[in-house]
Amino acid sequence: MREKILTFIEKNSRIDLKELSVILGVDEIAVVNELADMEKENIICGYHTLIDWDKTTVEKVTALIEVRVTPQRGQGFDSIAERIYNYSEVTSVYLISGGFDLLVILEGKSLRDISQFVSDKLSTLESVLSTATHFILKKYKDHGTIMDKKNKDERMLVSP
Amino acid sequence: MRNPLSNTIVNIPPSGIRKFFDIVSEMKDAISLGVGEPDFDTPWHIREEGIYTLEKGKTFYTSNAGLKELKIEISKYLERRCNINYDSNDEVVVTVGGSEAIDIALRAMIDPGDEVIIPQPSYVSYQPCTVLANGVPVIIELQDKNEFRLTKEELINAITPKTKVLVLPFPNNPTGAIMERSDLEEIAEVIIDNDLFVISDEIYSELTYKGDHVSIAELPGMKERTILINGFSKSYAMTGWRLGYACGPKEIIEQMVKIHQFAIMCAPTNSQYAAIEALKNGDDDVAEMRETYNGRRRYLMNAFKEMRLECFEPYGAFYVFPSIKEFNMTSEEFATRFLQEEKVAVVPGTAFGDSGEGFLRISYAYSLENLKLALGRLDKFVTRLREEK
Repeated sequence: MREKILTFIEKNSRIDLKELSVILGVDEIAVVNELADMEKENIICGYHTLIDWDKTTVEKVTALIEVRVTPQRGQGFDSIAERIYNYSEVTSVYLISGGFDLLVILEGKSLRDISQFVSDKLSTLESVLSTATHFILKKYKDHGTIMDKKNKDERMLVSP
Repeated sequence: MRNPLSNTIVNIPPSGIRKFFDIVSEMKDAISLGVGEPDFDTPWHIREEGIYTLEKGKTFYTSNAGLKELKIEISKYLERRCNINYDSNDEVVVTVGGSEAIDIALRAMIDPGDEVIIPQPSYVSYQPCTVLANGVPVIIELQDKNEFRLTKEELINAITPKTKVLVLPFPNNPTGAIMERSDLEEIAEVIIDNDLFVISDEIYSELTYKGDHVSIAELPGMKERTILINGFSKSYAMTGWRLGYACGPKEIIEQMVKIHQFAIMCAPTNSQYAAIEALKNGDDDVAEMRETYNGRRRYLMNAFKEMRLECFEPYGAFYVFPSIKEFNMTSEEFATRFLQEEKVAVVPGTAFGDSGEGFLRISYAYSLENLKLALGRLDKFVTRLREEK
């Protein structure tokens, strides 16, 4: 049952729980309990909203930064990752395979803001060897959602 | 100038749906719950394959019965889904939708005067195609007390010495009814005893929500007397690609290919290549769509329960068939008033046969948001009607 619930709410987090239980064909109390358990167990870590900030007046720039580090003795990458993710402007930190070690996603008000963060706060960290910053120019699809999807129903109104 | 038209065609009544469609088109901002096709786009990997084959210049005729690779995949598909083994060499024909398969099957099997048993309510084409094939349609009026399944007794009562073919349309459009193994076993007995043939329209087979779909052709003694029709329109959301297929005994398929070759040449080449991709890699997409439809189905049934609208629980296709008998008006009156007052289009059950009187076909090939909106209006309308009484 957990998988069914998770698969559904991953794309529809705002659904009414009673409706969810009807759609899945399961008991409502069971759904409520499962959700509570999954939240406690940190399987469900958050319910966020996907926003296209470009369509608002709010200035936002997002950057993908590849970071190479020297892992700490006894702690691997975890403590460096923590030092980076503690910053609120950092939205994501991933340990990745390949040429770099950490992938950091950062949001700022402008290119300058971000560059400043990288040079003042990120590159200066003790274990950071080098960084490579990429600015996101356009988001086509994010978190499984196509940003500019046209939802027009083109089918004939009535068909046999 | 003399009359250019054939009497046969003139005497066939126009589609009941067409009339309604014309009314709905005139209305601005009507929400329609009257579609008979999926709301999903064809899965991207299938579209991609279609685009790729066009780029590669595969724009020529294929052999009449269809691309060899496609027929092999169809045969493999039926083996894994229904455990039936059809020889892709001469027991499969690829057609322009399930629609063409129905037509050529009837034309291949019917001599003037032969009777074709057609259970109703069902898809609008069976009756006209029977008439066009010079057959005589014999209608069985299915009952909602039997969940619109075909019963042994109903079948026996409809058989005469002239009966040759039974059309078996399950999962059913418009009722959403399915026939489970036990139901099929009962009628298979009657079919075999009376030496009849079956045209089994299984286009909605993947959209079955109670166990796995069972084809009558799986049952002992039935494969040799069944033409199994299926396609890609509903399972893979490929309605506009116009691709279907028929499988059956070699002698019948051979004659169907003959008609197909003269009237059509071959099914669209591009669609055939895309269909190969669909059969090879589309099982997951189908399962996902089925799950989504099922969720909507449950949602609708729950909404009807809360509105106290009588409706048997359908386990197939993407239609529900609620009864509006309590309101003492015809299906057409209800549907027309509902459209005019609440701007929601549903199809009156009578568009699918006289036995659809007192019922409506509501399609759930729509997003949940649309369904909610339409159901809200239905609730308002139904409440109003009850107050009027």
